[in-house]
Amino acid sequence: MPIVRVQEAEFDVGRELDVLTRGRTDVGALASFVGLVRDANEGRGVTAMTLEHYPGMTEKALDDICREAAARWDLLETLVIHRVGALKPGDRIVMVGVTSAHRGDAFAACEFIMDYLKTRAPFWKKESTGEGDRWVEARSSDDAAAQRWKG
Amino acid sequence: MVTLLYFASLRESVACSREQVPLTADTTTVASLLDQLRSRGERWAQAFAPGKAYRVAVNQQMADLATPLRPGDEVAFFPPVTGG
Repeated sequence: MPIVRVQEAEFDVGRELDVLTRGRTDVGALASFVGLVRDANEGRGVTAMTLEHYPGMTEKALDDICREAAARWDLLETLVIHRVGALKPGDRIVMVGVTSAHRGDAFAACEFIMDYLKTRAPFWKKESTGEGDRWVEARSSDDAAAQRWKG
Repeated sequence: MVTLLYFASLRESVACSREQVPLTADTTTVASLLDQLRSRGERWAQAFAPGKAYRVAVNQQMADLATPLRPGDEVAFFPPVTGG
């Protein structure tokens, strides 16, 4: 069962990763990714960010992505936590954790989950810059990153 | 009736986040619903103009123009996603 949480609150990466392995002796590999708010994007300084999402669909989409990863690789647990609401540079936005018997599956599944999250999970970022607020545009490089897992 | 949801820049463009509209004989698919929305006026026609990048979900699953609509459906319109 994937662990999926969408929340405004900050999360503790160490504690969340510990939960994935606590009391288990079958885990040989734990791969993780943490995404943070950068202070610059597309040539402009970013002073704050607001994340909007589609409650209900977001959780389903993240759950589907984790299940697809579990169907492709030999995984023990998957975890995705994504924050919404008001964030500032340096804040953590997202974390993914994957456990497996061996590192190859854990590394690949972690990257796959992030690539699919970027193109399929209904989140939208609005940045505050010195020149006003703007919605972040989707990147074609993110589509390309998700595309390479096809076929 | 179907529930329509709008998110992010698209929500701002049409100045609406949620509404309910009746399903008629002319609105049986996403495409025909979009035609009806575009006919509301300039703001709507621009938001859903051909070539504009937007996505559609029906009952919280990604959908396309040919997806059929049934009473009680939840139809969401939003720009390409930018999470992570």
